[in-house]
Amino acid sequence: MEAPIYWPSVFFFLFAGLACAFALAVVISPNIVRMAFYLVLSLASTAGLFFLAGADFVGAMQIMIYVGGTLVLLVFGVMLTSQDRFISMKTSTFDLGVTGVVGGCFFLLLWYSALSVPGWRGLSIEQATAAESQLQPTATQLGMGLLGVRVDAPDHSGYLLVFEIISVHLLVVLIGAAYLARARRRKTLAVE
Amino acid sequence: MTPYLLASSLTEPVGVRHFLVVGAFLFICGVVCMATKRNALGILMGIELVLNGANLNFIAFGSPYLRQASESIGLDGQLMSLFVIVLAAAEAAVALAIALNFYNSFNTIDVDRADQLQG
Repeated sequence: MEAPIYWPSVFFFLFAGLACAFALAVVISPNIVRMAFYLVLSLASTAGLFFLAGADFVGAMQIMIYVGGTLVLLVFGVMLTSQDRFISMKTSTFDLGVTGVVGGCFFLLLWYSALSVPGWRGLSIEQATAAESQLQPTATQLGMGLLGVRVDAPDHSGYLLVFEIISVHLLVVLIGAAYLARARRRKTLAVE
Repeated sequence: MTPYLLASSLTEPVGVRHFLVVGAFLFICGVVCMATKRNALGILMGIELVLNGANLNFIAFGSPYLRQASESIGLDGQLMSLFVIVLAAAEAAVALAIALNFYNSFNTIDVDRADQLQG
């Protein structure tokens, strides 16, 4: 008897394939503008994987902060430095081959170790359906956790201190970045 | 232990290991990107890919749908990945400022030309 198709798995393989293919395209493409575009698509597909794993808030943040913020920043960087000779910079085939082989070996190692732990196999269909029936949005729990109160697991500690440190860190970093990138009179430091 | 992933996988739920393989692939792509690109912004994109792969692993280990809820690390994984996203934004801002500074002073974005500190 043919078992029915479990649709979340189908979508998992769809998004996983898209994310991996575009990540590979980022590595292979020599053109920096196309690399930025492929990176946008790869990160957006990863957001789809986050949604499939039940992390709705983090998936939305991935799209808003990563794709909408960080990558727009990168694209601005590309535009500000896009002289003709920097648009397309080829790496030597030898370098690409060596790192490809080393990376491929490392990937096979990680693949094998990911498959070798029995506890990391999937749930059965019954268990998965039972887990889905208890589906609840995570935004409230995450917000409470950031404020130091864990409503989901009362014996775990909250993250108020981390939240504060990261806020101050962001402030410092943004001031520092604005200071570093400020417009200044052109120094003729041409080391040619 | 099934040696490959796709065996009858469309009819049963995926597990943590599927997410880990995808995360590993993103990580390797990022590392290769960092090692081979000559454009400083290309290296930044590699870093983003690496962080994204790590994020995917955090989410997978924290998900209640991929293995028994008693074994998963729960909401901690999602909180960690939120922190990673914020830190990645901060890192991109600073690294981009440094890259622009480098471009302004040396009139190139090729990291192979950044050899002034070489002894």
